[in-house]
Amino acid sequence: MASLTLYPNDERLAGGERTVFNLYLISALGLFVLMMLLGLTMRMAQAQWLAVAPNLFYQLLSMHGAGMVGTMSLATTAVMWFFLRKYVHLHLWAFLANYVLFLLGALCIIASIFLGGYGALWTFLYPLPIDGMGLWTSHAAALFMLGYLFIGVGSLLFYLDAAAAIIKVHGNLGRALGAQWLFGGTIDQNHPKTVVASTMVIIANSLGILAGAVVLVMSLINIYYPDVTLDALVTKNLIYWFGHMYINATIYMGVIAVYELLPRYTQKPYPISRPFLWSWAVSTVFVIVVFPHHLLMDFAQPRWLAIMGQVVSWGAGFPVFLVTAYGALANLYRSGMRWTMPSRLMVLSLFGWAAGIIPAILDGTIRNNLVLHNTQWVPGHFHFYLLLGVLAMVLALMFHVIGSRVNAPPNSSADKLGFPVYLIGGLIFVFAFLDAGRLSVPRRMDQHLPEWLFTDQLGSIGAILVVLAMLYFAVRISAGLLKADSPGGSGAPAANATR
Amino acid sequence: MIVQNVVATITLVGIGLVAAGFIHIIIQAGKPAGAEATSKSAQTAQTLQKWLFAALFVIFIGGSLATLAQFPIAPQHSALDVKQVVNVVGRQWSWQITPSVLQAGSPVEFRVTSADVNHGFAIYAPDGRIETQTQAMPGYTNKLVYTFDQPGTYTVQCLEYCGLGHAPMKASFQVVAAKGE
Repeated sequence: MASLTLYPNDERLAGGERTVFNLYLISALGLFVLMMLLGLTMRMAQAQWLAVAPNLFYQLLSMHGAGMVGTMSLATTAVMWFFLRKYVHLHLWAFLANYVLFLLGALCIIASIFLGGYGALWTFLYPLPIDGMGLWTSHAAALFMLGYLFIGVGSLLFYLDAAAAIIKVHGNLGRALGAQWLFGGTIDQNHPKTVVASTMVIIANSLGILAGAVVLVMSLINIYYPDVTLDALVTKNLIYWFGHMYINATIYMGVIAVYELLPRYTQKPYPISRPFLWSWAVSTVFVIVVFPHHLLMDFAQPRWLAIMGQVVSWGAGFPVFLVTAYGALANLYRSGMRWTMPSRLMVLSLFGWAAGIIPAILDGTIRNNLVLHNTQWVPGHFHFYLLLGVLAMVLALMFHVIGSRVNAPPNSSADKLGFPVYLIGGLIFVFAFLDAGRLSVPRRMDQHLPEWLFTDQLGSIGAILVVLAMLYFAVRISAGLLKADSPGGSGAPAANATR
Repeated sequence: MIVQNVVATITLVGIGLVAAGFIHIIIQAGKPAGAEATSKSAQTAQTLQKWLFAALFVIFIGGSLATLAQFPIAPQHSALDVKQVVNVVGRQWSWQITPSVLQAGSPVEFRVTSADVNHGFAIYAPDGRIETQTQAMPGYTNKLVYTFDQPGTYTVQCLEYCGLGHAPMKASFQVVAAKGE
């Protein structure tokens, strides 16, 4: 079972590890703030508080989507690496290679959008990238796809290194997932939850990235050899298979921080159990097969795919509610935990995930999707669990790490102010989207009708609060990461640190 | 019954219940328990988890049956016995809808396709809410069957981003009262 020491020695970062980890976190923080500013610009344009030309609006939307998904993946990869390296031997070169390839990919994407004028969004639905009506060239679309390929190859390299390291210790991926204890036997209480979650991510996201690579290469061939045409529906399936798993993997990498850190802050053991193993085994399958819920309005799809999309979307709620959120709340119950930034953010992240999945499940229901698909209901639910869920998980680890440098969890007066600003701003922001979805306001649209402006303005106010809080967090955490360890830093026993 | 309002109400109730659970635990977190009380509460938590599983399982089965027993999308690969047929073609950035006058009270079959990129064929009622929708895809024809209850002017809005002219990609059609009414 995991130790309850707040800052254990085996998590100490030294030399190259610390440099690369800081690069990940500081880059992610800067990118989060920048991408949020783009999001705020679009909400203010919809609210008619800012004038943004339509072509620029869709360029910003393309950048915001690709940038946020990529940055979330970068940041949660750092979460997975930070904890997984304690249990298996990860190569620093693979972790660094992922970072370098991410930067290369990001540069390609930025150049394609802001120099090439690309504006076919992060989902690059065929054949829009090659049919930009003169707004961007096919070379710009190709550069965007090349950027994705760099980022995907980086992720795959990291996963392959992690998979090899896990197999070396546990024999195979099934045993690492704990499949041998699903139907009986005594569960090894030292089997790390981090290994279980990481294995699930490796299996699912590697498949997703391979699907993405196939569709990207097919699209690149089509760009330069237009006679090789693609099937729009097959392409769409591959894109959403890749896109859904890539963004969902961030939740499963991010939640590792909660599994590892929560028991240290509650000072209560958080044992591994059979329901936990079942939930991860089931989630592995669910996350791979749930993607058809993105294509419920493509009636030409086989009916069984749509039914599978709905049923699995509903089923995905079980592991989240019954195991992760419930288990964490049971751990928190009457623990006497002191509220500091890591503990606040962890509890928020569980709420964001558990609450955000409700509007997502309802949207994944075919009858509801007929009136909610591609409305602002969709950004309403995914911002709920990404902004208030996954990003809060990442921030919890970041605050924990800067706490380890001074041997005390961060809890300054400014932190105490920043947290409610982030929470309230986030809630206003997501509920404005959800209410707009109820009113049938389309997503991904630069011009809004006068009767929709109220939700746009409300959303903009929420976004301003979130950006202000995030700006503060980014400066605070970056300064903390660059600070030298105090003599009583990592490795000091919990009794000596104020949890 | 407006589906959007029902969904929003279920969402608010669901999020409210989750929030209430979190607030209760957060309040209790400040009251540390001894070893005996911790062991007792762990047992209670396990029992409660089983009941919660049972409740969610009932919702899962009941909800799936209620929403899927009558499949909400018309069969796509067989002829439909629908008298009013409307052909819809989307292209960057306009709609071609023929005919554009329909009758209320009897089903309409929209045969929706695209001449270029992906579009979203969404029908907005006169009150500004989406009534129904399907995708307009190049190379495929999606059959959307819908019965209009109320006469009036209905607006078609593209709901799948399709380039610079996506927002203004609109059209309208008339639904008139059924003959004899």
